[in-house]
Order: sequence, then structure tokens, then C-alpha cells
Amino acid sequence: MRKRALLLSIFFLTMSLSGCGGNSSTGINSDNVVYVFNWGEYIDPEILTMFTEETGIEVVYDEFETNEIMYPKIKAGAVNYDLVCPSDYMIKKMIDNDLLQEINYDNVPNYVNIGEDYWAQAESYDPGNRYSVPYVWGTVGILYNKTMVTEKVDSWGILWDPKYKDEILMQDSVRDAFMVAERYLGYSMNTTDEDELQAAKKLLQQQKPLVQAYVIDQVRDKMIGNEAAIGVIYSGEAIFTQRENPDLEYAIPKEGTALWMDSWVIPKGAKHKENAEKFINYLCRPDIAYLNFDYITYSTPNMPARDLIEDEDIRTSPIAFPDLSQYVLEVQTSLGEEADRHLSDLWREVKSY
Amino acid sequence: MNNKKVRFLAGPYVLWSAGFIIIPLCLIFYYAFTDASGAFSIDNVAGIISYVNMKALILSMAFSLGSTLICLLIAYPLALILSTVSTKNSSLLSLLFILPMWMNSLLRTYAWQNILERKGVINGILTALSLPPLYIINKPPAILLGMVYDFLPFMILPVYNSVSRIDKDLINAASDLGAGYRQIFLRVIWPLSLPGVISGITMVFVPSLTTFVISDILGGGKILLIGNVIEQLFTQDSDWNAGAGLSMVLMVFILISMMITSKYDREDIR
Repeated sequence: MRKRALLLSIFFLTMSLSGCGGNSSTGINSDNVVYVFNWGEYIDPEILTMFTEETGIEVVYDEFETNEIMYPKIKAGAVNYDLVCPSDYMIKKMIDNDLLQEINYDNVPNYVNIGEDYWAQAESYDPGNRYSVPYVWGTVGILYNKTMVTEKVDSWGILWDPKYKDEILMQDSVRDAFMVAERYLGYSMNTTDEDELQAAKKLLQQQKPLVQAYVIDQVRDKMIGNEAAIGVIYSGEAIFTQRENPDLEYAIPKEGTALWMDSWVIPKGAKHKENAEKFINYLCRPDIAYLNFDYITYSTPNMPARDLIEDEDIRTSPIAFPDLSQYVLEVQTSLGEEADRHLSDLWREVKSY
Repeated sequence: MNNKKVRFLAGPYVLWSAGFIIIPLCLIFYYAFTDASGAFSIDNVAGIISYVNMKALILSMAFSLGSTLICLLIAYPLALILSTVSTKNSSLLSLLFILPMWMNSLLRTYAWQNILERKGVINGILTALSLPPLYIINKPPAILLGMVYDFLPFMILPVYNSVSRIDKDLINAASDLGAGYRQIFLRVIWPLSLPGVISGITMVFVPSLTTFVISDILGGGKILLIGNVIEQLFTQDSDWNAGAGLSMVLMVFILISMMITSKYDREDIR
């Protein structure tokens, strides 16, 4: 879900230094544009060029690092993005706060390529599939280095094993970090029960001395570089990291994990809604979705695109396309403003522990 | 020169400071003393009393004091040496110290991360020499190193400026009158260089106190400084009120420290 913070941070730093808080390319005056706001390294850049060549629509592309960073920008409406790609629970929050507009599926005929199961999964945060079109999906799991971890990895418990002190990379993202602790304790990852939250917080505090670093995108690079033995990571990164470092293996813990989905949504303030829908439609085209999968390696919900995958191992990969019935899976939902704030406070208590 | 005629020259600066200093400050002040609904509240400023925020503030103070001291210890002797070499060489030497500033500080900090990593450059060399590896990444020393590295030029420049302007005749006179090296330094050089030292201290102390990038990149997210707390409140939590409240507190701390240093400045000059 989250790739390379570096470029993004540089982008924001230069932006804040130069004192212009707008979008990256203010030089465009033409109205035939679409403003896209996506996760870092979450699309094959070639596709943006191809889209412009084919449709004549200019793509103004910006990136964000976490759902939480993206949200206030959309809410404040400082930049009128036409298309954003948040995760499940955040889409629910945006719908609840009336920040999104319905998608006109007449303009997105390729939506039929998205598998039935994924539309069903999306119903949990977008009832009726009115506001969002699934883009990629996956699980959260443990990436480990086979040369450093010889035991069987099938539980979140390994993240609390003192044997691996300074060898563990945790996700520096509130919901995902708490998800790990909550599932390990046998709670729902959507709990708002104070006792359960406190127990999860205590567990994360106990873990802190063992953790090498709290990172987001860098889990990938650090694991490839053999910097750590174990890291919490999104399944989409697993295939990429294995390509780069064959010693790495991905496991979904038996206590259960998050089944997540990132979808395209159109904010209320969008000025180029039709262009946004054209862009979604383009991404739903099997050949484009396949091209994109090959680049970002995050599981695509696009069925014909999946059939295009030539490599048998990847087409049937249990990492990219797991048999979901085998695992305990839960979808993260929006907890509401107050609970979000409380969780952030607890997370700071963990990190300053 | 006619004062009235040139006054308009200050126009651009007045506009600049109104637009980019005064108005933003007012906005921070407004957010700091209101709650989400816009009603008056001191909760945001009082938030500093919480354990997490207090710890972050104290840690930030400790780190910035440490980095300021180290910068001064490195910069002062260097400035003295630079002031004694010939002008041609000294400009070359001072260029060497400013050269890193030509590159984005964020990139340089990321470079340090790669250098200090467990499988990084330093440890690669150490292992090749069969020496024990150095594990300081994601620990306090790495943050301190990052601060010193990033802010050292801000100490060197003002100190060098003030030291190089000391009239050599004063030093010669002191030594003619029988003052030893120690006395010359304590009674002539040090007092005359103080203005540079003071501005150097401010220019290192303030950014160290407020940084969040260095602690994030070199601290592995394990050490929460007050800058990190404020940054998270603004970006992750979108709680501008609480973030502005803590910023106000931080500004007060900076003001106090500047008042203390400028007080010493004046006393010593006298």
C-alpha cells in the first residue's frame, strides 16, 4: 500500500520551503486534465503517459504516504483532486463525512472486469458500490528472511520474541500497528473497547525495545537489504521483495489479519469528474491492469488481467491471490473521529515509551 | 540620506513579513486558543503537561543543547584556525564547510541513514577489517550526529565572521603588554567573538529544537521529539488546534532561550 516515502517527503519539503502549498504542476491551464492523488509508487508511470496519448487528457499526479495524511487535504479542499485512492476504512470515513460523489458507471463500462468477490468485499465500506471502484487489494502479513529465521512463522507472536531483538520492523501506521496487537490478543481490529485498546497499547509498548525501527515504505528496502529479519508488510510488496531477494518469505499469521482494499473515489470538489471516470475506466482495461500489476505487484481485482499473467507461479501465487477461506480475515472499518483521535494518542504513548 | 525617500524600499519586506510571518503567527495563535468548534479553549496549550508531550519536549531540549554544544566545540577552534590562514586559503576552506549545504538537507540525512545502517557503509568497512560493527542507527547518538552534521555550518559561519574581524593589533597589544595565550584568549578573543557565538548558538539551537525530519529518519521512529508530536498532530491527526497549541509552547521556549543568550551577550560585551 505504501511505497517510498523518500520522494514524497522531498516533494513536500521542497513544497514547504518554496512556500507554495498547491499542487505540483501549476503550469497547466488547459481544462482537459485530471488531478490524481495516489499512494507513493502505486502506479506504473508509463500508464499515465499512455493515457494522455490515447485520450489527450493531461494527468496531474500527486502522491501521499498514509490515509491519515491524505484525509485532511481532501477535507480542506486545498487542491481539487478529481480522483483519490484511499483504503477501505478511510473510504467509509469519507462517505460518512459527505466528501465523495457517486460514480457514473455509464462512463466506466470496464467495471465488469472487476471480480464479483471484490465488489462484495467493497460493500463492507461502500454499500451498493456507489462511490468506489476497487483498484488493488491484499493482506497484511509477516515478511521474514529465511536465512535469519529458521523456525516456522505462523503467528504474530514472533514479533514479541526477544530472540529477534533489533531485527523487527514494525509498521509506523496507527491502524496497522494496533491491528497486529489486537489480533494477537484475539480482539477485533475494529475494537473501541477501552480495556482492549489499553491491553493492545501495553503489548506494543512491551514490543518497543525489540523493534529496530517503525517505518512504512522502508520495510521493503530494509528487508531486501538484509537489514532486518522480520517485518510487517503488505502482501503486494512481498512479490516485489522476493524478486529482489529470494531469501524472503511471506506468511499470514494464524491469529488473523487485515484484508484490505484500495479503491478509486471521486471527491465532492472534483472539477473534472468525467475525466476521472475515463481514467478509472482506462485502469480497468485488462491490458492496462495487467501492465500495472506487473509493475506494482499488488494483487489486482481485475479478472481478465489476472488471466493475462504469463508466469504460472505468480498467477497462482498464494501471496498475490490467496485462497481467502484458509485464513482469519477482517476488514478495517472507520471508527469515527473520536476513536481515531484516541487511537492516535495511544500510538504516541507507544512511540514515546 | 533622506529618511523619508528611502522608506518605501522597506515596502517589499513589510509585505513579506505581513504575509508570511505576521498572518501565519496570528493563525497559529488563533488555532492554539480555540477548539475544533472555534470556541475559546486553553486545552491545546495545556496539552504540553501530558506525559508524552512533556517527555518529547525534555528530550528535544536535551538533544538541541547537546548538538549546540558539540557544534560550538567543533566550530570555534575551526574558526580560529581559519582566521589565521591566508585569505585565499581560508575562503577555500570555508567553502569546504559550506559545500554540503548546496545539497538538500533531507537527502544528506537519508545518506547518513545508509551510511550508518547495520549493513551500511561504515559497518561494511568495519566488518572487512574484522572490527566489531557499530550500531548507532535508530538510537540517540545517530540523531545527535544528524543534528550536528546538518547544523554545523550555521555555527561555523557566524563564529568565523566575528573571529576574523578581530583587529590583530588588539592581540599584538595584549601580547606586548605581557598577556599569555590563555589571557589573550579569555580577555580579548573570546569576548570579541561572543556576538558570533551567540548568533551561532541561536541558529543551531532553534532548528535542533524543532526538527522532526532528523529524528524520524535517523531515529527509526523510536524517539519522539516535540517536533514529531506537532508534525503528527497536523498531518496524521489533522488536529490543527492541538498542534498549534504545542507550537505556541515551543515558541515560548525558544523566546526564553533567546532572551537568556542575548542577556549574556550584552553583559559580556560590557
